[in-house]
Amino acid sequence: MFYRETGQFKTSYAADDAIFPIRQDFLGFGIIMLIAFVGIPLVSNEYYFVAILVPFLISGLAALGLNILTGYAGQLSLGAAAFMSVGAFSAWNFITRLPEIPFVISFILSGLAAAAVGVFFGIPSLRIKGFYLAVATLAAQFFIEWIFTHVGWFYNYDPSGSISTPPLTLFGFELTSPISRYYTTLTIVSVLALLAKNMMRCSIGRDFMAVRDMDIAAEVIGIPMLKTKLLAFAISSFYLGIAGALWAFTYLGNVEPAAFDISMSLRILFMIIVGGVGTILGSFIGAAFILLLPIFLNISAHALLGDLVSQQFLVVAELMVFGGLIIFFLIIEPQGMARLWQIVKEKIRMWPFPY
Amino acid sequence: MAEVEVATAASPTGKVRQIGDTILEVEDITLSFGGLVAVNDVSFNVREHEIFSIIGPNGAGKSSMLNVINGVYHPQKGQITFNGKTRKHMKAHHSAAEGIARTFQNIALFKGMTVLDNVMTGRNKMMKSNFLTQALYWGKGRNEEITHRRKVEDVIDFLQIQAIRKTPVGRLPYGLQKRVELARALAAEPKLLLLDEPMAGMNVEEKEDMCRFVLDINDEFGTTIILIEHDMGVVMDLSDRVVVLNYGVKIADGTPYDVCNNQAVIDAYLGVTE
Amino acid sequence: MSFFMEVLIAGLLAGVMYSLVALGFVLIFKASGVLNYAQGTMALFAALSFVSFVEMGINFWVALLLTAIIMVILAFVVERVVLRPLVNQPLITLFMATIGLSFFLEGFAQALWGSQVHRLELGISDDPIFIGDIMVSQFDIFAGVTAAAMVAGLAFFFSKTKMGRALRAVADDHQAALSIGIPLRHIWVLVWVVAGFVAIVAGLLWGSRLGVQFALSLIILKAFPVLILGGFESIPGAIVGGLIIGSSEKLAEVYLGPYVGGGIENFFPYMLALAFLLIRPYGLFGEVHIERV
Repeated sequence: MFYRETGQFKTSYAADDAIFPIRQDFLGFGIIMLIAFVGIPLVSNEYYFVAILVPFLISGLAALGLNILTGYAGQLSLGAAAFMSVGAFSAWNFITRLPEIPFVISFILSGLAAAAVGVFFGIPSLRIKGFYLAVATLAAQFFIEWIFTHVGWFYNYDPSGSISTPPLTLFGFELTSPISRYYTTLTIVSVLALLAKNMMRCSIGRDFMAVRDMDIAAEVIGIPMLKTKLLAFAISSFYLGIAGALWAFTYLGNVEPAAFDISMSLRILFMIIVGGVGTILGSFIGAAFILLLPIFLNISAHALLGDLVSQQFLVVAELMVFGGLIIFFLIIEPQGMARLWQIVKEKIRMWPFPY
Repeated sequence: MAEVEVATAASPTGKVRQIGDTILEVEDITLSFGGLVAVNDVSFNVREHEIFSIIGPNGAGKSSMLNVINGVYHPQKGQITFNGKTRKHMKAHHSAAEGIARTFQNIALFKGMTVLDNVMTGRNKMMKSNFLTQALYWGKGRNEEITHRRKVEDVIDFLQIQAIRKTPVGRLPYGLQKRVELARALAAEPKLLLLDEPMAGMNVEEKEDMCRFVLDINDEFGTTIILIEHDMGVVMDLSDRVVVLNYGVKIADGTPYDVCNNQAVIDAYLGVTE
Repeated sequence: MSFFMEVLIAGLLAGVMYSLVALGFVLIFKASGVLNYAQGTMALFAALSFVSFVEMGINFWVALLLTAIIMVILAFVVERVVLRPLVNQPLITLFMATIGLSFFLEGFAQALWGSQVHRLELGISDDPIFIGDIMVSQFDIFAGVTAAAMVAGLAFFFSKTKMGRALRAVADDHQAALSIGIPLRHIWVLVWVVAGFVAIVAGLLWGSRLGVQFALSLIILKAFPVLILGGFESIPGAIVGGLIIGSSEKLAEVYLGPYVGGGIENFFPYMLALAFLLIRPYGLFGEVHIERV
């Protein structure tokens, strides 16, 4: 009904290449942004900010970072959380050691640090493909985890293994209240997501997808394999690094290697698989799903079973349901939930005459 | 070597095309995989604006020869001179930068992308804007995207695939996929176009269309074309010159007429040895 | 020198234990191209079931039989519920599904048998014996012999039996195998059954080492470097990879560890495997895929 292209004529390629070629999409995006920036803060309380919204946004950003590498460029990685930890630890070091520079610059620098590490661990991708590469990225996971627990300089020789982060300051204001942390996160995530969307629809994105879909053909039409793969690792790690810094500063409030272990890497991978490989939207849908599912399970299990069973049993039951649901979603839509959304859009466009 | 001839008779379009100097010189190429010699000491040359066919029975080393020309395989021996530059080893993306484009025997499109994006990848090597301007979609990054889009639309018009430009290539039938692949190669504005069995598996109408496109490309853009094809009718009608390979060895070389009267070629196809 | 030999032998025998986990992996990868993340959890599940049966007072061999039956049932369920609906999906989707499966199994095993740590006695003494002047653990030798027997059995099964041939055909090309009448589903159930049996052996040996507990499922992370070193498709690769990883890991920990602050056994195998991969991108014994265009 409302979702029609009819009557929207494009007279230039510029118009056809716009980020939202269809007016309704643009409106929809505007409404979402309006809700995120104005609507949610009006109705939300502190618990939602801190426990749900902020981690959701950061996970979405991390999933987006991994999606650039795995979904767009086709390089399977099991070490996403390691690059997040590089970002987190760099940000902590930049901000505590150089407190005079604004935190935004520090964040960008830590993203770049993560990108450099990402490029280093991306070098094997030139020779190794598929699952071999995936397992090789575990080397990054374990090696970086080891660095941040054994090389004292990075964590200022703190023996506890978890160091608290100083508050972020912007123009003299301390961003410590839940709502300011929410706004900080939301702004950074929205800007980065928009930039990613642009990159992925320009020649970089096409380079990545070409390498993913058929690497020999990509090389034959002149896409340099070395540069493209390393760029994918760099951009992806940059995003992951920023996500890691946010995770430490606006969500956890401390930096610890344990927050970025292999299970975090796997969770991020789940997000993109469940949400949709090679889509920006899917990263966020997946993040919402993987993040909210355990919370939802926890609440509903307590509500339904309450005191009938032990706490121990609830934990175990959650694990089972979580695993089961992941398999279930993979079976009903192996291309991820973003694909479902796309199908819905195509259906609405045709409705009520689907032929 | 640099003789100039006017190929009026060879061109079925009746147009006069000026066949120029040698653009590609293949010298003593030997390529083997382990013990298997795929191409054995083959030399030939291709002249500018020519349609040059490589024929031979299955497993004769035709595709391997193309792979050597555009740098996918690296021959053990021999050298290739393209456009005045001589080389022994070359990366595939360097050959693309020098103006060699190709299509593949088994379709090698990027399945996850739309037709438009696939054809656009053909021009990616010419896009020089850095990722920052692309990320911001501003300035050079944006302008480049739009100017190249215009060029790509010309190719899309030329090959008459306007209606499917936003369709994911995976959904297209085989014949159209082949055409999209040709579009992608063409978008690169190649000097030399390598076509590996562009008509394999097509019905008669599709073949006729494809022949017409090959001739038009050759005529309008002056692109030199190397063609591998099993359909002898097509080869005889389109080609200016033909080289015949058998078991990796060159057995004949010349105009279509010469080649099809060559005793070694007849033996190879009809089989005296087998 | 004898200290070096001791470390080396301890490492080699630990490597055998890694190989045991890697083997189950290779089997499933060979037959279906699925990288089975749940292999470690399967070992946990098997060991936990076995221990619980024994603790109920059931005879050792009956408990083993019951565990085997459970693994067979598991193979059927996995094929029916997870693999069959996901036929022809990208391999990464299947990989993700096995991670989901490992979550589920982990929860299921603990829901069924409780999550406390169980002790497992196989009745093999862990006392060291001396060969010459080198000290070797009896238990490690037992584990080595078991692994060798299993590899021999699997090698025979793959190369000499009709089923083995069918398996190799399926591994090569699913569709072609189907078209000549090889029942794909039976084959898949079969490999999962065999992988389940391998998991029992691995679970029991590892379980008696570490105690049967949740952490057992993490041995999969030890098996990964073995796999990439040896090649995903290769049974000998799993063995040789295990030996290389086990011995070099122990040597590195003993001789290198003190200089860098210890704890390197987590990442060292991966770095080693990665270095190998740069020279041989498909592992030592992996199949080299010639890319044709």
